[in-house]
Amino acid sequence: MNAALKPKLAVKNLNFYYGNYHALKNINLQVGEGKVTAFIGPSGCGKSTLLRTFNRMYELYPKLRAEGEILLNGNNILEKGVDLNMLRAKVGMVFQKPTPFPMSIYDNIAFGVKLYESLSKSEMDDRVEWALSKAALWTEAKDKLRQSGLGLSGGQQQRLCIARAIAVKPEVLLLDEPTSALDPISTAHIEELVHELKQDYTIAIVTHNMQQAARVSDYTAYMYLGELVEVGETDNIFTAPKKKATEDYITGKFG
Amino acid sequence: MSAMSSTYTRRRLVNIISLSLSTFAMLFGLFWLAWILYTLFKNGFGGLSVTLFTQTTPAPGSQGGLSNAIIGSLLMSVGGTVIGTPIGILAGTYLAEFGDRGWLAPLTRFINDILLSAPSIVVGLFIYEVYVVRTGHFSGWAGAFALAILVIPVVVRTTENMLRLVPSSMREAAYALGAPQWKMTLLVTLRAAKAGVVTGILLAVARIVGETAPLLFTALNNQFYSNLNQPMANLPMVIFQFAMSPYEDWHSLAWAGSLLIGLFVLGMNIVARALVKPQQQH
Repeated sequence: MNAALKPKLAVKNLNFYYGNYHALKNINLQVGEGKVTAFIGPSGCGKSTLLRTFNRMYELYPKLRAEGEILLNGNNILEKGVDLNMLRAKVGMVFQKPTPFPMSIYDNIAFGVKLYESLSKSEMDDRVEWALSKAALWTEAKDKLRQSGLGLSGGQQQRLCIARAIAVKPEVLLLDEPTSALDPISTAHIEELVHELKQDYTIAIVTHNMQQAARVSDYTAYMYLGELVEVGETDNIFTAPKKKATEDYITGKFG
Repeated sequence: MSAMSSTYTRRRLVNIISLSLSTFAMLFGLFWLAWILYTLFKNGFGGLSVTLFTQTTPAPGSQGGLSNAIIGSLLMSVGGTVIGTPIGILAGTYLAEFGDRGWLAPLTRFINDILLSAPSIVVGLFIYEVYVVRTGHFSGWAGAFALAILVIPVVVRTTENMLRLVPSSMREAAYALGAPQWKMTLLVTLRAAKAGVVTGILLAVARIVGETAPLLFTALNNQFYSNLNQPMANLPMVIFQFAMSPYEDWHSLAWAGSLLIGLFVLGMNIVARALVKPQQQH
């Protein structure tokens, strides 16, 4: 990996288990600050599982456990005493399906902000506008801030979810197949957005779509059967992969 | 080709048979319902008048209405709902959102299912034993308590079911923002399930307004207006008393009361349906 890369997240000897099933096998990798890192690989390879260790979402379910280290700014987030809510304030996440809350567009954004800050009405107004603008939704949503977020189209809902995540001002943004439920035009919107957002955030994106990984990411990690096969600069991975397995997957011979 | 067409013919035949059977079952059920409604209207409609709502239950042969029974039923139903609903919603929320690990939730769910199908007269006897005997007299409160016990399991069940219909992705999204569990539950999932939870409450109300057995040992009955610390008139008991009597004018009042309850329950169910509908469209 590029020597100048400053790691935001450093994964060291990470193993993950669903009960007895060994889902991630000794993963070592770095997610560079201010870069977009894409995780690709066939279904079930563990890329989403890996992403969900970065904010410890797996804690919601019994019998899941992670071993090893994940350093965020040098601190191990897998340690016992870590405050999960504060971790998730720093590491935001957007899911495969848009998940607007059953409340107004404004309140969707304000929900997360209110968890950490007590802002005045006008400060909150500014924050909502800022987040919606960042997520390229402001012009479409500014006249219906009081309407339900459920009334937006799928692509708009996903941008609302991105706005909601960045309104909290996280350092890292995790995108778990954010466009797989969207049409091509909405997908293009989100991809443009990822380009914009990487100026301020470190982004990790899981995607099924290899062209998407090639388009949006600076670094790409290819995973297979719970192992990290290869990670490197996206250009190198897609033009000159070091491993045969990566080449086979990328050229479509497999997967 | 012939094998395929014979399979196809058979499939069509089975389809026609099952469609006819289920249509017949539907019509059979509707028939009784329509008959009940028809009887209620035929016999009760004549008794509907303003005095029904303004005058108390009369002695045989004199003019009167059902106002004390209507007010008593309303008071005790509202009391039972107000007491039972918060308990039901909180318990249902516990089952759906907090009780995934451990033994308390499965045990509670099991007991709630028993309570749901418990004969209501048993609930009346229970309140008689723990409240009426101790206070020394029948009372409206005792009736409200008995009805509350009938409300709780219905609300627990619907609240839990409605919360479970909220996709887990919604919970994950709230957690991913760093929301604590109580905020996630209160502001996101309960809000998403709001229409369904309200429906459950309405169905519970519809169930208790017509209950006679739990009031038999608790509120009893009253010829006059009363407060909740006294025995209290209520529609089901008055209907029972008047219908069993030999007096023609009492019979007519009993029918009118039956029609009132029937219409109220019908209205509640229609409102409940209307509330659930917009939610299902998502």
